[in-house]
Amino acid sequence: MLVNVIVNQETKTFVCEPGDYLLDTLRAYNYLSVRRGCDNTSCGVCTVLLNGKPVPSCSVLTASVEGKSIITVEGIQAEAEKLGRHFGDEGADQCGYCNPSLALTVYAMKNDLFQPTEAEVREYLVGNLCRCTGYIQQERAIMKYLGDE
Amino acid sequence: MMKVVNHKIPSVDGLGVMKGRHAFTDDFSDKHSLFIKVLRSPHAYARIVSIDCEAAKQLPGVEMVITHNDVPRIPFTRAGQGYPEPSPHDKFVLDEYVRYVGDEVLAVAADSPETCDKALELIQVQYQVLTPILNFEEAVDNEIILHPEPEIHEMFPIGFEPKRNIAASYEMHVGDIENVLKKSDVVIEETFFTQAQAHAMMEPHTVNARIDYQERLILYSATQTPYHVRRIISQGLGIPLSKIRVIKPRVGGGFGGKQAIHGEMLVSLVTYKTGKPSKMIYTRKEVFESSYTRHPMRMDVRLGATKDGILEAIDFKVLSDTGAYGEHALTVFMVVGSKVLPLYNKVKSVRFYGDVVYTNHTPAGAFRGYGAIQGNFGLESAIDMLCEKLGMDPIEFRQKNMMKETETSPIFAIMGEGTEGTAMDMDTCKLEECVETGARLIDWYKKYPRIDMGDKVKSVGMAIAMQGSGIPFIDMGSATIKLNDDGFYNLLIGATDIGQGSDTVLAQIAAEELMTTIDKMIVYSSDTDLTPFDVGAYASSTTYVSGNAVWKAAKQMKAALIKEAARILKTTEEQIEFDGVTFQNEKEESISLVDLSNQITYSEDQKQLSVTSSYVGHKSPPPFMAGFIEIDIDKETGEIDIVDYVSVVDCGTTINPKLAEGQVNGAIVQGLGMAIFEDVKYSQTGKLISNSFLNYKIPTRLDINKLTTVFVDSYEESGPFGAKSVGEIGIDTPPAAFANAVYNALGIRIKELPITPEKILLALKEKETN
Repeated sequence: MLVNVIVNQETKTFVCEPGDYLLDTLRAYNYLSVRRGCDNTSCGVCTVLLNGKPVPSCSVLTASVEGKSIITVEGIQAEAEKLGRHFGDEGADQCGYCNPSLALTVYAMKNDLFQPTEAEVREYLVGNLCRCTGYIQQERAIMKYLGDE
Repeated sequence: MMKVVNHKIPSVDGLGVMKGRHAFTDDFSDKHSLFIKVLRSPHAYARIVSIDCEAAKQLPGVEMVITHNDVPRIPFTRAGQGYPEPSPHDKFVLDEYVRYVGDEVLAVAADSPETCDKALELIQVQYQVLTPILNFEEAVDNEIILHPEPEIHEMFPIGFEPKRNIAASYEMHVGDIENVLKKSDVVIEETFFTQAQAHAMMEPHTVNARIDYQERLILYSATQTPYHVRRIISQGLGIPLSKIRVIKPRVGGGFGGKQAIHGEMLVSLVTYKTGKPSKMIYTRKEVFESSYTRHPMRMDVRLGATKDGILEAIDFKVLSDTGAYGEHALTVFMVVGSKVLPLYNKVKSVRFYGDVVYTNHTPAGAFRGYGAIQGNFGLESAIDMLCEKLGMDPIEFRQKNMMKETETSPIFAIMGEGTEGTAMDMDTCKLEECVETGARLIDWYKKYPRIDMGDKVKSVGMAIAMQGSGIPFIDMGSATIKLNDDGFYNLLIGATDIGQGSDTVLAQIAAEELMTTIDKMIVYSSDTDLTPFDVGAYASSTTYVSGNAVWKAAKQMKAALIKEAARILKTTEEQIEFDGVTFQNEKEESISLVDLSNQITYSEDQKQLSVTSSYVGHKSPPPFMAGFIEIDIDKETGEIDIVDYVSVVDCGTTINPKLAEGQVNGAIVQGLGMAIFEDVKYSQTGKLISNSFLNYKIPTRLDINKLTTVFVDSYEESGPFGAKSVGEIGIDTPPAAFANAVYNALGIRIKELPITPEKILLALKEKETN
């Protein structure tokens, strides 16, 4: 089947099967920053923005996103770079497998919450698991990123 | 004054990874790869009687079905260690027997994952279901034997007795333990249990293969040990080593789980047989069920002390569960002793002994801490119990009995990793300062043992720990440094960055020695064709062992540069001064590095300057730390708030203080997970229950309020710019510190991990009824 979408502000037509998940379709179309961590929405690694909201693409059917806007980290390079510089300053980078998905969620949070407290940030990002960092340095970097504006 | 080392330099790869650049193993898979899926055993123990895969083979899109009849019957170990391995060769690529729920029955290669699934459904397997061993305390000399196959063997004596279900065993002692215990004023005797823990790295095990235009097998693998992977594939499949190239791109976390090989054998087999590219990505369920866990253990601990608080005897008997296969069986077991018991080096007698047994559980393997976290929980819990009996402050007791700088322990010479150890003195051991600083930062004397706050009680607990820095005389690291025109360098290393930041740290070491900046030190790891040999990322070896190799190479490059400069500036090497940018002779004639590099590349006396150095440790200087936890426990619900975790660490020089902090913080949180809620659970029939992130909880952002991580000044002479290791040490203290804090809060001693609110409440109830 054909699914028309807007990926990172570009119009695309995906050729896929009715049962395909968005994660696999995006990877098949070379959006390789979108990655698999699990298969049941429990880790946050495959997050993309669907009409501006973070969703786990491992559990969204490609067939269901007809006409919608999808943002991957390829679509927010300038913001990812800003966040990335704070990550660098705080030593918050480790494996980084989940960093693009975290960047997307942080970007969405910036639009959703006004001057969030540290506790609100934790609450918002709780679905983005990280096994490497212990979170604290990430959070320092994220608070600095939010303070930039 | 150092300009690069000991500076908070951002990771060399952080920005690109954040921006989603292609970096990880599956990003490099061939678009037309065959997918490989494995039919996994539904039984904890069974013999495969028959396999009917004709219908599956006829299914369009199916390339091949591989059963145990199609693979060479060569026993090997997937452990991913040096050679000869200290783990038994007790695994076949596929076998007639399946030994745990999730073990490999057969594999299908097809044009899509969906075709694989359809094919697997069409395959009929008849099993003769056998009675499994699911309780590791019943394994030794059980009438059920899990590894009866005649071909399996040990590579050298490791106490391997498969007919008794023993994968490895060991015994050591110093002094007459029974006699010393008999004469001790105060003796305690306690049993502790630690559970299996899942690595839960975010990137699942991933590997892909293709044949290149030189007819060689090329693998991209999310591995910690590319060189070991190459060797094990060659040995297991009979493919010449020279025909295999293993590339380790960026790896999405490992923690020991990716030291071993996982899908590498099957993709190699399929691609080598078909000539077609293939790939394998473990599902999250497979990562939980069919890779590895931490070894669960039972520890029987006896301590003896004088009434004025001198520890005289430590007796440590350990039973370890290696699950279905014996990967890392002996070595993890030995680390329980070798990297824990020397903490109390003034005892008259110490004994360490026990068995590592086979069961029908998911195999256990390497996992950050590698036995030390288990041993630390047993010993450091027991030490607090002894202090209670002695009526002594646990900090005072430790200060009196623990390892100090310049001291040693006889254990170092006796116990290595699977072999004899290496005697060494503690040239750096700032444990006293770690303990003092930690006590101050957590405000110990104000909060110890508890502050009753009504509904909640606040308490503190602590533990000390040590680890190692590589395996002496075994682990080898090496580095190549190459000068380019325009005066920048390539640093080629076999050391494997798996997210811990070793590419950055090793580039810092090279840049410091060559007095350049990090942007001029282009680092690449690792590729068995292009980078020099390194054992890989394990045993806390990279900063110390690979780092020393890099340091040596950088010194060699510096000497080579000065030799060229002396030739160009017509003087002797001794007369050349080099500041990283410009060479100058005694007449103040100079040439810049940029000009020198361009000259020797293009115009005069051209040559490629390139050096390679290797390093093997002659000792394994331990990093030390003191861990202090502050918790609030709700008396009604048992709910736990971790208020703060203070880590004071002696890891020598921190090559990159922020990345070192990240290593400690990440490890502390993994350790807290093991202390409080992470639990690998099986059903009564041996099926893994905790097989997803929904039922295996790892710490989230909401579980961690505050981490206070500091480093004490320390300079290890044998390390690169004074560094020791920092990758594992952080994980060791949380279980014991937390158990001690729970005791300090409520007077209940929980000796079985994890220490959940439920266990706390049950123990409270029990205490009230008594």
